[in-house]
Amino acid sequence: MSVSGVMKQGRVTPWLYVLPCLLVIGLFILYPVVNTIALSLRDRSGSEPASVQCTSDRACWGILENYRYALTAPEMTTALRNNALWLVLMVPATVGTGLAAAVLADRVRYETLVKSIIFMPMAISFIGAGLIWRFVYDLQAGSGRQIGLLNAALDGVGLDPVPWLSTPGLTNLALMVVGLWLWAGFCMTILSAALKALPAEVLEAARVDGATQWQLFRRVMVPMILPTITVVTTTLVIIVLKIFDIVFVMTNGNFATEVIANRMFNLIVTHVGRSTAIAVLLLLLTVPVMIFNVRRFREQEEMR
Amino acid sequence: MLSLLWLAPTLGVFVTSFRSREAVRTSGWWTVFSPAGAAGVPEYATYCAGCHGDDGKALPAADLSGPDLVARFPRSNRLLAALREEVNGGPHLIDPPLPADANGALAVLAPILEYMGELSGGGGRAAQRALSLRNYVDALVGYRGTQNYLTDCEQRVPSALAKFDCNLSDLLLPEGMGRAVLNTLAVALPSSLLPIFLAALAAYAFAWMEFPGRMWIFAVLVGLQIVPLQMALVPIARLYSDLGMQSTFVGIWLFHTGFGLPYAIYLMRNFLGSLPREIFESVHLDGANHWTAFWRLALPLSIPAISSLGIFQFLWIWNDFLVAKIFLARSPVITVQIANLIDPRGGNWHILTGAAFLSFLVPMAVFFGLQRFFVRGLLAGSVKG
Repeated sequence: MSVSGVMKQGRVTPWLYVLPCLLVIGLFILYPVVNTIALSLRDRSGSEPASVQCTSDRACWGILENYRYALTAPEMTTALRNNALWLVLMVPATVGTGLAAAVLADRVRYETLVKSIIFMPMAISFIGAGLIWRFVYDLQAGSGRQIGLLNAALDGVGLDPVPWLSTPGLTNLALMVVGLWLWAGFCMTILSAALKALPAEVLEAARVDGATQWQLFRRVMVPMILPTITVVTTTLVIIVLKIFDIVFVMTNGNFATEVIANRMFNLIVTHVGRSTAIAVLLLLLTVPVMIFNVRRFREQEEMR
Repeated sequence: MLSLLWLAPTLGVFVTSFRSREAVRTSGWWTVFSPAGAAGVPEYATYCAGCHGDDGKALPAADLSGPDLVARFPRSNRLLAALREEVNGGPHLIDPPLPADANGALAVLAPILEYMGELSGGGGRAAQRALSLRNYVDALVGYRGTQNYLTDCEQRVPSALAKFDCNLSDLLLPEGMGRAVLNTLAVALPSSLLPIFLAALAAYAFAWMEFPGRMWIFAVLVGLQIVPLQMALVPIARLYSDLGMQSTFVGIWLFHTGFGLPYAIYLMRNFLGSLPREIFESVHLDGANHWTAFWRLALPLSIPAISSLGIFQFLWIWNDFLVAKIFLARSPVITVQIANLIDPRGGNWHILTGAAFLSFLVPMAVFFGLQRFFVRGLLAGSVKG
């Protein structure tokens, strides 16, 4: 976009306008990126190169020793596996629930109210959400009255209460349910907007041709909103890769639930080199997905 | 139907925030909705009334209406254990005998305990359903004791008086939610406004001024949205601590500004660029310079974009935990304070839920009142994750 001759300015003026942003961004984004990468090559206090951590009896990657930790240490493989589990289980389930909610809400009278309710968890902090669900999952040891919603329900039908938040394996799923509760509303809102934008004639034509509701859904609606589904899914992938608050407030990574961001947080004070290496790892994982997402999102915007 | 499911957890927290510590510990929150009336009457009549009398006082040595006795059995399994021990030479005589299996026995003893609670005036249905705002007061002042703040002040409990002044100034105590709300406001407001202002400045230059490298710098700045904020935590934390700036408000304002800028610049530039050129030209023809055009024309016209951006940013910072925990540990914001309140043994749900609901008030208000802006901001901002 070119500027007409009427709006003259000196050569310095534009720089004055842009300078504050350049300074702040330079200091808070550019410098840290470089510094984080540099620190990831150092030891636990940041003062010696990482290779000083090598001992002769174990495998060592020299200056990249922290990356060896980030990729192969047992607690990291657990964390990586957990993030992968979240990706494989929680993301499809959340998108699916959002899609179902979008379709169903469309046909209900109190549509706005229902949508508000399902979307509401997005308004509260993740800490608050974690707290709410800790309460739901609560287990009172020694049978007596249960005060957690789930265990009381089990109790009521005569089953034994379950330690939802302290069983490795089960706890991961319990946390994912919380994630779903939070993010399904987000998916639902975007997918609902996309569904509403579908041309009515196409749907009518399909109905006239004798398609059932299910066929209509599977063969007509879903393919038509596939780009939106992709954008929503990739956004969720990025969020899941960086997930932190929920795990922190509910279990703090215990019972085999730790994820990458938690590990990084736990190491910030004790081991600068490792924690920054994990941050770089996070960057490498999220950047490709974000680039993909931004491109797709821009395409979407242009299509509208 | 799905919505009921969705609401249930939140409703649970909301209801619990009004109940007393004992009530929360011994009965689920849904019992608040249970109908009034004595519970445990038939069980008590069957198993206990024969010896202990209808009012529990028939046997003076085991007065079932005494609060001390009832307090010894907070749970039905303790009562069961006690009944199976020797009492005056033999197991506690119960005619007819309790069900033989543990679960059956407990199922009978629980309502009996409730009834005993009512008899002694302390527990039972009435206490279960009692609701009050005491927990909110406790949360606001940061009470950590065993009763509650108002009662302690009334009774002039020494350990409480050491910490509290028992007047309105207690609302600002550093351990309380009252102070946390102020801290959060002090963080969120400048951190939302500053990036908007700086971004507007830069966006105006990108949109309506001519200078070398304009396109490239813009592309880089906006592309930096990609960087996850975890990348900056360690270096900035170290920088702040070298400068003696750790846990300062200025520190956290700058951090949030830094990470809010790329997206803000993108949005503002798009918006400003879409304004018709003619209005700027005519203002210049009237003799205004860029500053006037920016301050008196571009900014006021950008209010819609600024509001969407501002609300989204404000809410994001209000709910943030990680950044506040690392950069402002000594003046806890709401989220950090809630995390501080968590008792791993699960003993203080009554205060936690009150504190949690205090933290929900502002976001809920924004959400329900300004839903349009919120959704729009969220849809667009979600891309940066």
